[in-house]
Amino acid sequence: MDESRPIFIQITEQVENDIIDGTLAEGAQIPSINEFATFHRINPATALRGVNRLVDDGIVEKRRGIGMFVTTGARARLVERRRDEFATAYIRPLIVEAEKLGLDIDQLAALIRAERIES
Amino acid sequence: MTTVVRAQGLTKRYGSFTAVDHVDLTLEENRIYGLLGRNGAGKTTIMQMLTGQLFPEAGTLDVFGREPAEHADVLRRMCFIAESQRYPDSFKAAHVFKAAPWFFENWDAAFAEQLIADFRLPLNRYIKKLSRGQLSAVGVIVGLASRAPLTFFDEPYLGLDAVARHIFYDRLLEDYAEHPRTIVLSTHLIDEVANLLEHVILIDQGRILFDRDADELRGSATTVAGPRSAVESFVADRPVIGREGLGGLASATIDGRLDQAERIKAAELGLELAPVSLQQLIIHLTGTDLRADSTDKEVAA
Repeated sequence: MDESRPIFIQITEQVENDIIDGTLAEGAQIPSINEFATFHRINPATALRGVNRLVDDGIVEKRRGIGMFVTTGARARLVERRRDEFATAYIRPLIVEAEKLGLDIDQLAALIRAERIES
Repeated sequence: MTTVVRAQGLTKRYGSFTAVDHVDLTLEENRIYGLLGRNGAGKTTIMQMLTGQLFPEAGTLDVFGREPAEHADVLRRMCFIAESQRYPDSFKAAHVFKAAPWFFENWDAAFAEQLIADFRLPLNRYIKKLSRGQLSAVGVIVGLASRAPLTFFDEPYLGLDAVARHIFYDRLLEDYAEHPRTIVLSTHLIDEVANLLEHVILIDQGRILFDRDADELRGSATTVAGPRSAVESFVADRPVIGREGLGGLASATIDGRLDQAERIKAAELGLELAPVSLQQLIIHLTGTDLRADSTDKEVAA
């Protein structure tokens, strides 16, 4: 767990990441609150708070007495949101660092292309 | 939400020394609280008043709807695990677990047995022959298996090794999930328990320094490090709770969350941002010498 941010937000993001990369398919059951709590050694109220954000968001639905499941269309919505956030989270810091090193936009683009071919 | 404990103006003096100074405090049902602070801050005295072992000098105290002292129906619902619990000389570990159900109506003997195996506690040994860690294990087992609606652990694990402490955390969380109850953990191993806590109460010199949600505290302070002039300009109009410096380098810890724009600004100034753990935050807030020192510098700067 990352010390700098509230744990409940990290629980939300962890489930979102699992949905985006396909570890949790649409319709799949997510771990229970107590499983989150004991696995991460965190307070169950914190785990509940993290999962409830997904429920409020319509990413996960509760089925009474059974558990919590990934909703249909959850992945597409999460991907769309992450794309909106991509510029501030990744591009902006990248440009700041590139400017510090005296790299212009064309050089930066070339570096990105080269990196992509390598990997 | 049901309130289990409500204290107002709670005060306890020992001669001219004020151990607990007008403390207001509420504990809600089925939460895990951290009661944190330095040695002699007043944590144990507060817990002893809440459990009816000490009479407050002033203030009102309401536990499960009544004053705790000499009210059997209130005391029966509480379990207090002291740092160095004393037992009769003739007692073996087994006797403690045999006697426990007389005091705790929710006592779970099967759970106690599982814990005895987990901690590898020798039942047939006299209590006074147990190692420091094993003696702590006796207390931890009583505290967990009693399932009291209000359980206090006061520095429960002196001498317990890292493995045993993690068994304690794991069993506590598992059992709390199945049998919710109000738990108050008082400990110096703040980093180890930080994630277990839902709420943190910090005591210093008999007073409450803060009483906040653990989630709120996380990321509520940040350390900014880099060239001294850049650090100083960045923290200029922010509340600084700690400062360190070496030559041209400085680091300052500020109280308050940074938003995305401020983080970008810090990066543009060439500053490193580091999160402050609950333990570090408490060191900054209760290290009185440090605090006085940083205030002086702030005035000078």
